[in-house]
Amino acid sequence: MTEHTHTKCEELLGSLSAYIDGDLNPELCHELEKHLAECDNCRIVLNTTKRTIDLVQTPLEKPDLPEDVRERLFKRLNLDHYLTPKPK
Amino acid sequence: MNKTTPNEISLEALIAGDRAEFARLVDEYSSPIYRLGLRMLGNPQDAEDVLQNTFLNALTHIQHFEGRSSLATWLYRIAANEALMLIRKKKPEVNLEDVEGEEEAEDLRPTQIVDWSALPEDELLSGEGKKVLDAAVNQLPESLRIVFLLRDVEGLSIKETAEALNLTETNVKTRLLRARMALREQLSAYYSERLTARSEK
Repeated sequence: MTEHTHTKCEELLGSLSAYIDGDLNPELCHELEKHLAECDNCRIVLNTTKRTIDLVQTPLEKPDLPEDVRERLFKRLNLDHYLTPKPK
Repeated sequence: MNKTTPNEISLEALIAGDRAEFARLVDEYSSPIYRLGLRMLGNPQDAEDVLQNTFLNALTHIQHFEGRSSLATWLYRIAANEALMLIRKKKPEVNLEDVEGEEEAEDLRPTQIVDWSALPEDELLSGEGKKVLDAAVNQLPESLRIVFLLRDVEGLSIKETAEALNLTETNVKTRLLRARMALREQLSAYYSERLTARSEK
């Protein structure tokens, strides 16, 4: 574990998230990419941040609504009449 | 007005009070809204309250839906409000408005610099890995968690997240960065141990 203290890294850290979202202006984007090419630590932070987001978005993270919760919801909304098996 | 979602839910029919169409809307969005409630409140009973109140509210107000945002964003907005209201009621000590030191990057400074990003998927998503991830998300402060869930879990854009939460886009971006960095730190601490364990095998 290394303490990450480079001044440039700290300046660019705030742009990392926008960079991942493709939402960074071209000038900053260029500056960040130039820095990433030289700085192992920032590259690691970028890669692991991207991976973190990927992991959270995996389908396993998205369980369906339990059937009994769905039934109570339909009843509460007076939609019992439409309570057919959920379309797949 | 003739807007339809990818699953062809007709806004026109909803506004006209078509109950069958509303039932389809419920089926389309109840899972993500329940998930959001579960992640924000941390228990199934409260999540169910958020879910029911969201659709009761939507049913009451659908006639006045003006289409300024998408139907999905409108529903997420109601759901987020319901979830935050319930948190205010149950945990009045939680600060939902401002994130302390929002403009300061200092506490974002990464301390875990280990590249675990190339670990294989089955190892990253092992039962234990999933638990660590879940716990890390649940530990985020509520004001960051809701932004993270809408943007990174449910896939809303920055603009839609801002609309749903009544925040500026800048504010959403700042909170998102903080949430992502906090999660990265937690996962890095866990996976770097896994990496060490692998190299010792």
